[in-house]
Amino acid sequence: MTAHDGHDVLGDLMRASLDHCVKCTICETFCPVSNVTPLFPGPKYAGPQAERFRIDDEPSPDASLDYCSGCGICTQVCPQGVHIAEINTRARAQLKATQGVRLRDRILARPTLAGRLGTPVAPIANWSLGNRLLRLAAEKTLGIHHRAPMPRFAGRTFQRWARRHSAPAAAGRRVAFFHGCGTNYYEPRLGEMTVGLLEHNGLAVEVPKQDCCGLPLQSNGLFDDARGYVHRLAARLAPYAREGVDIVATSTSCSLMLKREALEILGMSDDPDLQVVSERVFDICEYLLAMRERGELKLDFQPLPETVTYHAPCQQQGHGIGKPALDLLALIPELRTIETGASCCGVAGTYGLKREKYDIAMKVGDGLFAEIAAAAPDRAVCDSETCRWQIEHATGVRAVHPVEVLHRASGLA
Amino acid sequence: MPTLQAELLVIGGGATGAGVAWDAALRGFDVVLVDRADLAEGTSGRFHGLLHSGGRYVVKDPVAAKECVAENAILRRVIPDCIEDTGGLFVTTPDDDPAYGDRFLAGCRACSLPAEEIDVAEALRREPRLNPGIRRAFLVPDASIDAWKTVWSLARGASAHGARILPYHRVIDLHREEDAVTGARVRNEHTGEELDIEAGFTINASGAWAAQIAHMAGIEGVGVIPGKGIMIAMNHRLVNTVINRCTMPADGDILVPIRTVSVIGTTDSRSADPDEIPVTQAEVDQMLDDGERLVPGFREARALRVWAGVRPLFQDEKAGAVADTRDVSRTHAVVDHRERDGVAGLLTMSGGKLTTLRLMAQDIVDAMCAQLGAERPCRTHAERPPGNEDGEPYSLGSRLRRREATLQDEQLICECELIGRSRLEQAMRRRGTTDLDDIRRSMRLGMGPCQGGFCIYRATGILHGVGRLDGAEASASLHGFLEERWKGVWPILYGDQLRQARLDDWIFQGLLDVEHLPDGELAA
Repeated sequence: MTAHDGHDVLGDLMRASLDHCVKCTICETFCPVSNVTPLFPGPKYAGPQAERFRIDDEPSPDASLDYCSGCGICTQVCPQGVHIAEINTRARAQLKATQGVRLRDRILARPTLAGRLGTPVAPIANWSLGNRLLRLAAEKTLGIHHRAPMPRFAGRTFQRWARRHSAPAAAGRRVAFFHGCGTNYYEPRLGEMTVGLLEHNGLAVEVPKQDCCGLPLQSNGLFDDARGYVHRLAARLAPYAREGVDIVATSTSCSLMLKREALEILGMSDDPDLQVVSERVFDICEYLLAMRERGELKLDFQPLPETVTYHAPCQQQGHGIGKPALDLLALIPELRTIETGASCCGVAGTYGLKREKYDIAMKVGDGLFAEIAAAAPDRAVCDSETCRWQIEHATGVRAVHPVEVLHRASGLA
Repeated sequence: MPTLQAELLVIGGGATGAGVAWDAALRGFDVVLVDRADLAEGTSGRFHGLLHSGGRYVVKDPVAAKECVAENAILRRVIPDCIEDTGGLFVTTPDDDPAYGDRFLAGCRACSLPAEEIDVAEALRREPRLNPGIRRAFLVPDASIDAWKTVWSLARGASAHGARILPYHRVIDLHREEDAVTGARVRNEHTGEELDIEAGFTINASGAWAAQIAHMAGIEGVGVIPGKGIMIAMNHRLVNTVINRCTMPADGDILVPIRTVSVIGTTDSRSADPDEIPVTQAEVDQMLDDGERLVPGFREARALRVWAGVRPLFQDEKAGAVADTRDVSRTHAVVDHRERDGVAGLLTMSGGKLTTLRLMAQDIVDAMCAQLGAERPCRTHAERPPGNEDGEPYSLGSRLRRREATLQDEQLICECELIGRSRLEQAMRRRGTTDLDDIRRSMRLGMGPCQGGFCIYRATGILHGVGRLDGAEASASLHGFLEERWKGVWPILYGDQLRQARLDDWIFQGLLDVEHLPDGELAA
């Protein structure tokens, strides 16, 4: 994909897509952020319009660009194929490269660092996260909003569990599990359920050693550091892909990073490991639904007489795979699933954690929160971890990954 | 008949005329400038935007090259706000002879043009979309220059020194008393009113129309050849450095990043009538092919519009007929009609180019001073006209930066060129015009990707409010603008711009039904 040394051809294509903009404004009518705050001028303005006033590798003069949450809805809804979110993310990185990235963003962008530090001291760390005075202090010093939905440390890691886990004897086809940082440090139980569900359906699950996918770094404009993480992660996963082993992932944003964003936004289309990995990564629900279509999924689900809402996160929608979770949940007898109509919960990874953006993020999520409150479900189902934390924070309803529901319905709980 | 008196009448409000008005006003002359249309509405506003380093002429026309070298440096100093320091590259494409590069470098040295050969890899790093097959690359101090801004800055500067600037005043006759020109009769093209201008001296700066003006004084055979060139503006900056092919000057060998677009130019063909310069499909195809040679994928990129301009090429009477207009010198000449025709009080500027506008003005005003026996030295090399006082050069991001300050309070009218409501209203009041096309030239209103599709109906409403226009007049102004835009769009209707045109068409025809707006007899 590279025409000559160091030339990012795919990146050029992203930028050149601004030529397709006909100003129709559909992206702005769908942008969850510009609809609730005047601080962000909207995706059409910040993207194809402002881009004509930018010079590659020179700082962009529009600081308002930083209020884009990076949800990617603009790219999804554009009828002309303008890669609006990608243009904005690249310009934001350029902005950060000159403005500098503040300490807070550097910390939020490295979930593995926080995870490694917090896990051994989980009780203290979690107490601190729940302590209002300490949180106010953190808001003042770091700029992390004192009410922001910070996840709680599990006190153990999923990797440790996986190393000790012994697979059932009669396992079939191999599959590699890319669990991401959220599962490793905050929700190891989700990882255990995923392994259980896949093994229940006859797969031999392998858990490669892995680190962060670099997405939080990318979102916070630290492109070079993000490339380093992608590069290392792709190297860990590539041997599986080369052997024809599929890679499944429970975090929709991290898997999107490997499938597409690192190629298009970070311009890593010349990384041979990433090339093979990106072709082999599947979202867990996408994968399970494909198994269902091939007749490989066990369908003897137990009835679950309860009500859940389902929210497809923005990054999940970025996969372009529809909403496979809905099809899977529909297989469970007596389960009542209410699909929510709102597009975004507002948090967008680390965006809604920041002091100056917390209120915007909460306002973005208003519609979703109201829908969930009105449905009064037993659980709110959602594929993305940060969205689940935001939903729980805003509604008080317990938010779970679709795997949790499927796992219970499979009689594995 | 109303009468105006002036020491100097300047005919033509392009770069040359505005330069002359600024130069003469600075020397203390009382100046009136007239143009049949808006300032920079002709040749000056229809060029590619290249401030020559001189590199283009070093081999073929060293006199013109040396003038460019000197003037490039002076203009950067005196009108920095009109110039973007893009730098320029001369590149040897796979179709060009690499040996020309040696002649080029030798020519640069002979003309004191600071040129430097750089590695092809370095050139590609600087401009990653350039044809990777280029074989040599030379860095020169080319730049891009905004002609409208330049002309208006000079005109405003002249006004500040007492000059009266009269756009839309067409010369219908030159006054002649025995063996001298003593002024002109002009007609206000908006009101139809006629006006006599009594002037001690007249400078004919009407470019490609110079022979027509001279003819009004009974002077025949002024040697100006109209040389037509077409240019295409592409939707965004495909390059950020001026790209020239390193060959003898030919067609389609310059790509200029100017403001938000890149302009590919140009052709050169003799035109019988400077007002008849149609764009042909073959010329468009040729430009796109030439663009492809410089930037692979050029044909897939979005073309915004195409236009033609007409150069006023000077023909030396002794040179006889010229077959190829490209062989005519790009330098300028002051035609002294007292020597040539025995008619005093009239000078004609012939030839020249935008890069040397200051020098041209200096030369012709010097010639006037000589004829008048006046000792008034030129000051334009050391004075900055309005808008350039702070010495800050223009940068592409300036409008985006300015917009950032008013993001939340002010309605954006032209989304493509980032024009807010208050600046638009200011411009309308300042210009006092009812013509949206005048506003376009002042602010680049409607010149972006949507070509007015989303801003012109907004601007029309605002003009209606600001400009004391009734509904019918506002509608007529809207019609006029749309027709003018359409002319430049239809020859390049393919791909993205075709989709845009369809959407614009739906807005204006389907939604607003502009064809049936009540604009009375003003409708075209």
